[in-house]
This record gives sequence, C-alpha cells and structure tokens, in this order.
Amino acid sequence: MNITLKVWRQKNNNERGRFETYQVKDVSPDMSFLEMFDVLNEDLITEGKEPIAFDHDCREGICGMCSMYINGRPHGPLQGVTTCQLHMRSFKDGDTIVVEPWRAAAFPVIKDLAVDRTSFDRIMAAGGFVSVNTGNAQDANSILIPKTDADLAFEAAACIGCGACVAACKNSSAMLFVSAKVSQLALLPQGQVERHERVIKMVNQMDEEGFGSCTNTGACEAECPKNISVENIARLNREYLSAKIAK
Amino acid sequence: MSSNNFLSLFNSSIGKKVIMAVTGLFICVFLVVHVAGNFQLFKADSGLAFNKYAVLMTTNPLIKTVSYVLYLTIIIHAIRGIMIEFENRKARPVKYAKYNGNANSKWASRNMGILGTILLVFIVVHMHDFWYNYKFGHIPYTLYKTELATGKMTEAKDMGPDFKMGSKMEEMLAGDYKYVIVKDLYKEVKEEFKQLWLVLFYVVCMGAVSFHLYHGFRSGFQSLGLNNRKYNNIFQSIGTWIFAIIIPASFAAMPLYFYFNQ
Repeated sequence: MNITLKVWRQKNNNERGRFETYQVKDVSPDMSFLEMFDVLNEDLITEGKEPIAFDHDCREGICGMCSMYINGRPHGPLQGVTTCQLHMRSFKDGDTIVVEPWRAAAFPVIKDLAVDRTSFDRIMAAGGFVSVNTGNAQDANSILIPKTDADLAFEAAACIGCGACVAACKNSSAMLFVSAKVSQLALLPQGQVERHERVIKMVNQMDEEGFGSCTNTGACEAECPKNISVENIARLNREYLSAKIAK
Repeated sequence: MSSNNFLSLFNSSIGKKVIMAVTGLFICVFLVVHVAGNFQLFKADSGLAFNKYAVLMTTNPLIKTVSYVLYLTIIIHAIRGIMIEFENRKARPVKYAKYNGNANSKWASRNMGILGTILLVFIVVHMHDFWYNYKFGHIPYTLYKTELATGKMTEAKDMGPDFKMGSKMEEMLAGDYKYVIVKDLYKEVKEEFKQLWLVLFYVVCMGAVSFHLYHGFRSGFQSLGLNNRKYNNIFQSIGTWIFAIIIPASFAAMPLYFYFNQ
C-alpha cells in the first residue's frame, strides 16, 4: 500500500504548528498505524530529518498513551480500539490520512502529535483514590458487593485515561474520563467514605484545568477505545449534585 | 473551602448544565400548554374560543405569575446558553483541520447554540407580533353574538379601529342572545399570517425547534443525572415524537393554515 500522510508538525508549545505531507510507500496492510509511523520515522532519520514525535507505550491497547486524531476521529476509524490496535488494512491503497494531535486547551502540545495530559493526573490526584492508611488487605469475601455494582465499577475502571473523550468532544470536555473515575469508586463500598469530597474535588480540578462542559452529544462514548458509557456521566452529575446539596 | 458552598454549584461545569436542563425542561412543559391552547385557532368560530383563551392567559393572576417566571426562564436559558457556547469554544483554541463529527454524534447535538440563537430571534419576533401588540398595540375588538338556546354564533362583528374599552373582554346577556366583546387577537394572527415571508420564517423556526428539542429534551434528563436503562427509551421516545415531531409540526401548521385559508 502507498499512503499519503498529512501530519501536524509543531516544534513545541510556543511555536506555531503546520501540516507536513509525507509519502509512505510499500506499507503492509498488517502493520499497525504506529508501526507505519515507525517506518516513516526511520526514513526521516535516514534522510537526516527530525522524526515525528508521538506517544506510545504498551502497543496492546491498555496503557492509554497513544493518542492520534486520525481523519477527524480520535484513534481512527474503528470503534473500541486505540491507535496502536488500528491496522493499515482499515485504509485503502492511495489514501490520504490526516493526523493531528488531541486538540484541547487542557492538553497543550508538547511536540508534533504528543500532548501533555498531566491535567488528567492532577484530576486524579485531587481525589481519584481511596485513602487506606494502614494494615493488610482484608479478605475479599468480607466485603460483599452486588455483582451488578461490581460489573458497573469494573466497566468504569476499564478507562485507560487516553483522552480520546476530550479529543472527540466538541467542547473538549473531560466528563467521560472524570465520570469513569468517580463511578468506579462511588459504586464500591471502599469508595463511600470519601464519596462526596472526592466528586467535588475532582470536578473542581476538571474545571480549573480548562476542560469544557458536557453537551451530551455522546461523541466521547462513541470514540472511547474502552467503550465507557455516558451512563457514567449521568452518575457523575448525580454524585456531584447530591454532594453539593449534602455538603 | 469557599468552592464548597451550594451556590458555587451553578458556576461549575455540571451546575451550568443543570441550569440549562431545568430551564429547558420547564420551557418544554410550557410548549405543551402553548400548543394545546393554540389548537383553538383551528376552531371554526371566528376566533371566539381563542380570544377568550387569550384573555384568560393574560388576566388570571396565577397564569400571569407563571408567565413572568417563564419569561425569566427563557432569558436565563438564552444567556447561560450563549455564555456556555463561548466558554466551551475557549476549551479548544486550535480547531481540528479535519473533523468528522457525524461519525460519533448527531448534528443537532453539536449545534444547540446555533439552533438556540435562531430560536431566540424567533421568540423576539413572535413576542413582538403577538405579545407586545396584544398588550400595547392597537388590537381591534370584535362583538360575538351567540344564540343561547342553540349555542350557535349568529354574528361576529368588527367594532372598528376607533372602538375602545377598559377591559379586554365584556360578556352580557340580552334576550335570547349572549354578547361577547373581546380583543380580537385571532384577527391579528390571521392578518400576520397573510405575509408569506413571515409564514416561511415561522416554519423554518419550527424546524429549529424540532432539532433543538430532539437533542434537548433527552439531554436535559442526562444533565440532571436521570439516565436509567429502564426509562431511557421513554425519555427518548417522548423527546422524538412529542417534542421533535408533533409539537413543532402542530405549531408550523398554524401559520400555514392561515396562509392557505385567506
């Protein structure tokens, strides 16, 4: 396959970026999208040019590092997969593919396609945890959890924090991410003690980071590589409202 | 922490949407009443029922109170909505070069700001034509003469532009007849909708209502945290059938009815 790539190049957050066009020849349909970028980068290095910076780590869809906005959609045209799991067979020979970084005020570009997602870390640090100060782990069977709640918590916990929800949202809202993180703890007994405090702190931090608000378009759910449901956003709204009324 | 007090709720990203949801759903309830009342325009009684209804809506103290709450609600919904639109634009300073929104969301859901702006313009025009003119403009009076025994209206007489009266409506009984003199808003409606451009404007705006509510009604429940697999289909069906189809189509039928029945 021969592919024309239009890739966003930006030296750093202070300089203006622009699109560069690259021809990638003899692409195997079985290559992953990131492997195609590896090949392109090898060529660029050989030519003495600056390789394209992009985030990646596990390359098996669980770490949440890869983050490309491909042809107008985060993680490309497939549903429920990350960019590293996207293969070139999803494209046609001769295709032109436009690749951009996540676009959000809260995700400043570091370089090229790599963005700074530490705003997510700060939201987590604000309350996305359970404080356990001492002692050994209890026997799991001593805390009873209904299976339905455990399943919902597990589905929410599948969030890998990649930021595709923010990238997909027309408002760059982080509601799906925050709702998944709030839900996974609000649904479990271990999360009850800090339940109200947690949701208020995390939402405050989310707002401080400059993410937009939710218009309920559902774009986040549709583009989430882990299929996190917007039902979590409704839960976040409930949690936040009840916490604000109670506190 | 100061940000923990209850009022700070309304400055948060979630609180803003709660305001939009509560005000929006209240306006939805109003639309049901409005369309039901306006169905009296289709009654073949030279507008007697509709005119009496207009008097009731503008004189009953309880209804008047609710209508002022409604005006305030619309203003809050519009201002907060415009503010949210601009705040959200700030969250993405650099736009995507290639954006494929249709792949993951519906057009209406992404364009609530534009649709809402069209509706705000509509409300201003609509309020001027029928609310302002009814209250402060020169609406002529009409005398309706109804036979008491049969309930049949025998006469609807225009009182002319010079006729003035202290109240909006007077009813009296004389002999076998009941006489009603009432401000003829029905005639105003009839006259206004002789203008093709206005009729088209109304129909286009009802299209905007349809798209706005197709997303807005269901979305309001989600913003309030009301998302439950058991009831979602009901919310969605009501939003689609009643608020996006039946109500806007009924409203659009009114100007079309008068235009084609001149």
